Amino acid sequence: MQLLYFAWLRAKIGTAEEELALPSQVHDVNALLEWLKSRGPGYAEALKDLSTVRVAVNQDYVGPEHRLRDGDEVAIFPPVTGG
Amino acid sequence: MIKVQREDFDVGTELDKLSRGNPRIGGVASFIGLVRDMGGTDRVEALTLEHYPGMTEKKLAEIEAEANRRWPLDASLVIHRYGRLEPGDRIVLVATASPHREAALAACHFLIDWLKTDAPFWKSEETPQGERWVAARDEDDEATQRWKTGSP
Repeated sequence: MQLLYFAWLRAKIGTAEEELALPSQVHDVNALLEWLKSRGPGYAEALKDLSTVRVAVNQDYVGPEHRLRDGDEVAIFPPVTGG
Repeated sequence: MIKVQREDFDVGTELDKLSRGNPRIGGVASFIGLVRDMGGTDRVEALTLEHYPGMTEKKLAEIEAEANRRWPLDASLVIHRYGRLEPGDRIVLVATASPHREAALAACHFLIDWLKTDAPFWKSEETPQGERWVAARDEDDEATQRWKTGSP
């Protein structure tokens, strides 16, 4: 699975993208975020308040129950501030 | 038409191109977003816009298609810049053209409201106190929500 991080989430996690093999128990977005938190202090800090985290799968916004598949492009970022 | 680019744009040229050759168009509405020199109470020396290439174009195209479903537009245009910009620089141009002003004005307002809450851009400000990410505003969500509940 390809993971992309943007804005302050990228800065806190310390990378813009990574390719990860998901553990077998991670089936949805919520489980992915919980699992990522365990990968290190940067992840835990970036994801501690999920009300400020948005997730897009294959470039569409999704909710926490969205099911993940192998080969998905998952982007994790703060609420947007363009315009 | 959607353009996501680092370069500046010429407003007059873009608006002229939007209606040229189509005498059905009776009105062109536009919104231009600029870099302000203040963020809250702090002076902003510059800001950097980051975006999600691919999803940005996709979301903007969806927003534009939705505007065209809701209003009888003859043409529409969104240009959004990314990269480092300074106060007074243009960030975004939204323009819509229609036989009558109501549709053009409403669709233009809709596009900029919706863009601000759905298009994946993030602003980071350079201030005398250092660099910081701009927080999303509740008012922006409320502005978009209005279009979701109300009829056009």
